[in-house]
Amino acid sequence: MSDPGRAHHDMGGLPAGPVESSEHDYALWEKRVDALLVLLSDKKRGLIRVDELRRGIEQLGAKAYDEMSYYERWIASITSNLLEKGVITSDELGHKMAEIEARAREAS
Amino acid sequence: MARFSPGDPVQVQDIRPPGHIRTPLYVRGKTGTIERICGLFANPEELAFGRDGLPLRPLYRVQFEQAELWPDYDGPAGDAVEVEIFEHWLEPAGRNAP
Repeated sequence: MSDPGRAHHDMGGLPAGPVESSEHDYALWEKRVDALLVLLSDKKRGLIRVDELRRGIEQLGAKAYDEMSYYERWIASITSNLLEKGVITSDELGHKMAEIEARAREAS
Repeated sequence: MARFSPGDPVQVQDIRPPGHIRTPLYVRGKTGTIERICGLFANPEELAFGRDGLPLRPLYRVQFEQAELWPDYDGPAGDAVEVEIFEHWLEPAGRNAP
């Protein structure tokens, strides 16, 4: 039963499958995302708080929230928070992403 | 400073605002008991939008009977769940109610 007052992430008490308890290794990019958040939120920079990270994740939309992996949700939220604050611009980010894609193409 | 003390019955506000809310939906409108005062903390509903979250607000650990939360709960009576809830989400309940 869908409840219009329920935010998608607020799923406590809803039917769910078993909890997958197997361990898995983190990919390098996942460790980098974790490190990025630590650096952005340290005392020196103070650019993002855990509450802001969480808010960005909650704003992803139901489909993205369900389909993205844990650290994909983190980097999506970190990105939107840094754009909101003007730490990075869409223009800078777009060009950097294109540059890295080109580098990856050359390497393959 | 804190409005409630351990043992006080409280009811969680049954409101559904948008934003970054740390009070889970399944306890809204439910009645529980203050288990402890956790301390004073900045309001995460404000911190989530880049503000300072001040003044600090009391955070409580509130105990709910499972049967209060889930009408079809068939576990042992006395089973409980504890949820940490900020003061502005709580109203006096039972004999303390105005």
